[in-house]
Amino acid sequence: MLSLALPYRTWAHRLPAAVKFGLLAVAMIALMRIGSLAGQGAAVLVVAALTASLGRGAIRQSLVTLRPLVWIVAVILLWDTAQGRFQLGVVFGLRVLAMVGLANLVTLTTPLPEIVALIEWLAQPLARLGISPRVPAISVALVIRFVPVLRARHDILAEAWRARSARKPRMKLLAPLTFSLLDDADHMADALRARGGLALPRKGRDTVGT
Amino acid sequence: MERNVTLIGLFAALIVALGFVPAIPLGFGVPITLQSLGVMLAGAVLGSWRGALAVLLVQALVAIGLPVLAGGRGGLGIFVGPTAGFLIGWLPAAFVTGLIVERLRRVPVALAAGIGATLGGIVIMYALGILGFWLVKNAGLNPGDAPMSLWAATLIMAPFIPGDLIKVVVTGLVARTIAQYRPSALLARG
Repeated sequence: MLSLALPYRTWAHRLPAAVKFGLLAVAMIALMRIGSLAGQGAAVLVVAALTASLGRGAIRQSLVTLRPLVWIVAVILLWDTAQGRFQLGVVFGLRVLAMVGLANLVTLTTPLPEIVALIEWLAQPLARLGISPRVPAISVALVIRFVPVLRARHDILAEAWRARSARKPRMKLLAPLTFSLLDDADHMADALRARGGLALPRKGRDTVGT
Repeated sequence: MERNVTLIGLFAALIVALGFVPAIPLGFGVPITLQSLGVMLAGAVLGSWRGALAVLLVQALVAIGLPVLAGGRGGLGIFVGPTAGFLIGWLPAAFVTGLIVERLRRVPVALAAGIGATLGGIVIMYALGILGFWLVKNAGLNPGDAPMSLWAATLIMAPFIPGDLIKVVVTGLVARTIAQYRPSALLARG
């Protein structure tokens, strides 16, 4: 599974991740307050210009992320038009484009390792609870590794179903899929424990007898 | 400890994987995706805390920019868009589903999971989803502009509810199957 971050470096990559998240938060508050057509229109133009300055890949990625929003914006526009408030619908559509587009730019220009470093830093207080700060990173890795495994498992179950029945399985594979998933979780927990586990190393445990 | 981590990780993976199942169009043109079914299942099977943590993990993956939502969506944009409330609502949805299955021990599993999924995955999730949409819609109104009513916001989101009711039924049936064939696997009642 690939991150949505751009595969090449841009000027925005030079800004530290924390600064980008901070600027984004400020911009969101501002965009929520702007109610004029001109203001939101200008915001959309600024976001479009920023996107364009990041190259063709950024434009393509942004369009992919914004596409699912077209429906809800269209429904709202119709609704507001029916209520005789066409302009409100347009302002809403522009605000959604500006906000989502801007947030996407942060995602596009912050490589995964930088974000993981940020998460590990944020996870440090976990140690006080006796939980290894490695837990968040391991959890993320588990999910990324197991999504394709689950899909393959589902395909095998579906094939076995087709061998037995002419009907479609629909939701009937969910229970066996869940069983296999619970087994996997047990096996992987054993494997993790065999490799030292996720508890914090206790002082003195390995020093006995040395 | 290790087992909780792997259970939470694998159910998060299930929620992500269900996003790859093509959206099923309901009769009146509204597509339903199966990811919220995964959310309800995580709560019903894992219980409140582990179910909620599995959802939190998926939300974290969205936030760090992985395309884990249905249709390959992800990134911070989702959290500021008009549907952000629904994604955030997944968290209490899984928690409440699990809590009901844990607490209603005398009620048959299918019914308990169904009640939990209705309360968490429909009532609470839609409340947060509609509220989030309503906030984005009515942000920055000028004096004199008429705000959209909460009622109207509910009406706009209502076409998705039948699809989620189907997911409630499926959650109950899957929970019952698990309880029947391997009672120890239904950790919410373990």
